[in-house]
Amino acid sequence: MSKRTVLAAAIVCATAIAPALQAEAREIKIVGSSTVFPYTQAVAEEFARSGGKAPTVESTGTGGGMKIFCAGVGEAHPDITGASRAMKSSEKELCEKNGVSDVTEVLLGYDGLSVANSRKGTKFSVTKEQLYLALAAKVPADGKLVDNPYKKWSDIDKALPGQEILAYGPPPTSGTRDAFVELVFHHVCKKSKEGYWADQQKSLDKAAFKKAYKGDCTAMRTDGPFIEAGENDNLIVQRLEADPKAVGIFGYSFLFENQDKLQALQIGGVEPSMDTIASGDYGISRPLFIYVKNAHRKVIDGMEAFIKEYVSDKAMGDGGYLSERGLVVLPAGKLKEVQDSALNAKKMAAK
Amino acid sequence: MTDTTLGSTGSGHDWSSPASRRRVKRRYAADRRLQFYGIAAIGTAMALLGVLFVSLIQAGYAAFTTTKVELSIFLDPAAISQEKPGEANYRRIVRDAFKAYFPDVTGRSDERSLYKIMSSGSDYIVRDYVVGNPGKIGENVKILVPVSDPFDQLYKRIIPRRIDALSSDRIALFDALKQQGVLSVEDGAGVAKVSVFIDPAKVPSEGGVAAADYDAMIKDGLRSYFRNEYSRSYEEIISATAAEKLQSVVAADPSVVGKIVEVKLPLAANYDNLLQTGQATIRNPRFGSDVEFAWFDSLEKRGLIATPFTWELFFNADSRFPELAGLAGALSGSLLALLICFVLSFPIGIATAVYLEEFAPKNRTTDLIEVNINNLAAVPSVVFGLLGLALFLNTFGMPRSAPLVGGMVLALMTLPTIIVATRAALKAVPPSIREAALGVGASRHQVALHHVLPLAMPGILTGTIIGLAQALGETAPLLLIGMNAFIPSVENIGLTEPAMALPTQIFSWADSPERGFVSRTSAAILVLLGFLVMMNLLAVYLRRKLERKW
Repeated sequence: MSKRTVLAAAIVCATAIAPALQAEAREIKIVGSSTVFPYTQAVAEEFARSGGKAPTVESTGTGGGMKIFCAGVGEAHPDITGASRAMKSSEKELCEKNGVSDVTEVLLGYDGLSVANSRKGTKFSVTKEQLYLALAAKVPADGKLVDNPYKKWSDIDKALPGQEILAYGPPPTSGTRDAFVELVFHHVCKKSKEGYWADQQKSLDKAAFKKAYKGDCTAMRTDGPFIEAGENDNLIVQRLEADPKAVGIFGYSFLFENQDKLQALQIGGVEPSMDTIASGDYGISRPLFIYVKNAHRKVIDGMEAFIKEYVSDKAMGDGGYLSERGLVVLPAGKLKEVQDSALNAKKMAAK
Repeated sequence: MTDTTLGSTGSGHDWSSPASRRRVKRRYAADRRLQFYGIAAIGTAMALLGVLFVSLIQAGYAAFTTTKVELSIFLDPAAISQEKPGEANYRRIVRDAFKAYFPDVTGRSDERSLYKIMSSGSDYIVRDYVVGNPGKIGENVKILVPVSDPFDQLYKRIIPRRIDALSSDRIALFDALKQQGVLSVEDGAGVAKVSVFIDPAKVPSEGGVAAADYDAMIKDGLRSYFRNEYSRSYEEIISATAAEKLQSVVAADPSVVGKIVEVKLPLAANYDNLLQTGQATIRNPRFGSDVEFAWFDSLEKRGLIATPFTWELFFNADSRFPELAGLAGALSGSLLALLICFVLSFPIGIATAVYLEEFAPKNRTTDLIEVNINNLAAVPSVVFGLLGLALFLNTFGMPRSAPLVGGMVLALMTLPTIIVATRAALKAVPPSIREAALGVGASRHQVALHHVLPLAMPGILTGTIIGLAQALGETAPLLLIGMNAFIPSVENIGLTEPAMALPTQIFSWADSPERGFVSRTSAAILVLLGFLVMMNLLAVYLRRKLERKW
């Protein structure tokens, strides 16, 4: 019996490995941000259904995607990476160092971050300053930074509801968290007209001030009112349903899909919607990008066609299938510009 | 001395004494308690398992049917060529067929929202049908295509058409106002009788009563009813047209400036409904307009909506659209990875175990190996994933997301389990078998391969299947080597082609915002559990069938 088993195993092994050895032209490989992931998925699917070879799309996070993308040129490296922020100068350097110098930046559109609670709870409006005061680890008081003393929303402003501050949000590894910190905390600290941060800005030079706010205006509080709920935004949605007094921080697409259960907090009196995010009236929105490795364009089968599909009006345009998935599309003029630079492989400006 | 002690307990003990009876009773009670603890433990485990299954089935059963709409399409030979049936403009054909149900819908934006009822994959479903049945060109055919996810969820009553317009805190404010006797219905409209001070300071000298800030006066007036309320959300209760109403009152009698007047102000629409009907609802904001419901209802009334079993769940590739997403890619990926895992770990595992158990001398080296194998069995699977990432992908340059690499990583994880199970099975073969074989002159390798191994096979197979079942459910190592890539097609299946696996597919669906993926996730978990149960049943069957008693 054992002889036969070994023999059978060997045969199965041989037949299974054989096809693997016939290498063929590989499909398009895409990595990057989990926020851009659903949109790239939709395009990849459309591309595959209309006859192209199905691209492989993997969600690695913006930073992780950049690392793999910038690792080099050649079969083993991905062709496109998605990003929920612009490429950093350190990442550009990494790319250049590894010979990835010809990269096209494609602005896809915008994504809003929503702060929402259950429809059973109180609907209220907050400003970015109030969000900062409610959720930052250290807040200014009497000219210096102190540990966040606020327990209830009404401690910050009497017009806010008298309920405990309780917010569920993404962990530090998430692009959503980066965006929230940058768009709310840093915005407040940089733009404050008076008080601690305004004094710091006056007294420190540019680099020192940047260091100061990157250090002291970035941490979210860890004394209870802010709870990290993991990368899975659906979990936050479920938590909010169970607790009407809690608010959650997540991507707009999750709010869009769960509007029967959740209501958005207005930010500075503005309700998040496709229109307010696109116009920039809604204060917490960020641009989404894909970065295309131009050296691969001619080599990887179907890559030109895939990019054409991605930037087509039918996908990225007003009413296109990406907008149905929750992408806030570019205004017509900007879209035209993006399409031109994407199709003509316009090289991204050096740092 | 021992004699006397024995004698006194053996014969002299009075078993019927109350103290002795109590002791016996206590012993029986302890017995019963132990049994009770056991039953309670099993009961708890079963109850938890039951809760898991009930919640999975509750969430997942909806995914086993798909809401579909029947299209009747004339496959026009002028539009679809016999030679190249795949290249016609199916988007147009499908939309025209759907539009034919609603002849009175016109205008670009209306048509666009009408087409949103159909799944975006409809074009391809019709195309594939025509390519599969080119003989039908020139005929009228009826084809079922899925409706889009929101309507699927709507039809299954997972998301509602209408939701409460007012949150509970707003209703509380409204009730507070109602209790003060301020609200009433007049001429079919809800009004609030509010005392408003016509503040001369808010009436500008220029423009007079026509330009006064009546809004502010009304808000101040309302304030007096909510003295303890910090939030100003009660201001919503009064309609935006109330200022005009107040203006007309003041314009009719300018002498009231500087006095308090009692005016009946109209309520805002939601509060008006709440007052008159006891409830206020609005359309689920996920849907653009009530017309969409009407369109969908008319389809249903005409009997065009059907809910067949979702075969797509097993035969479709993954998709961004929940109504089209299936497990075919994940199933094939898992199967290939398991195949590799089996091919690698089964022979290596058995060879290792046979050597260690039957041939290896007992010394420090083999002891060390043994300890390490037992340790490996307890290493968290994510560590094997990292090893695979560093070794297979980065050093050997093997392809990312491939079932070949996935299988190799899983094999590393399964190996110790198989080795441990095989050694246990070999140990269980009685020494008499070995001695008898040696006694009739068999060599040591003949003893091991011809006699001991076949007898140990049932135990080995059970261990292997359980190890593989464990590997089937592993997520962490596969995530690390990229087996969670999105692959929208099942055309390229192969060991080095990118693929998903069942658990990573579940992981990816669970993180998708679309509502349909909630039930799809649970359904995928049920499918995975189904496979695990089948594998475990196979293990039990093989053990029963092949087991030998000595």
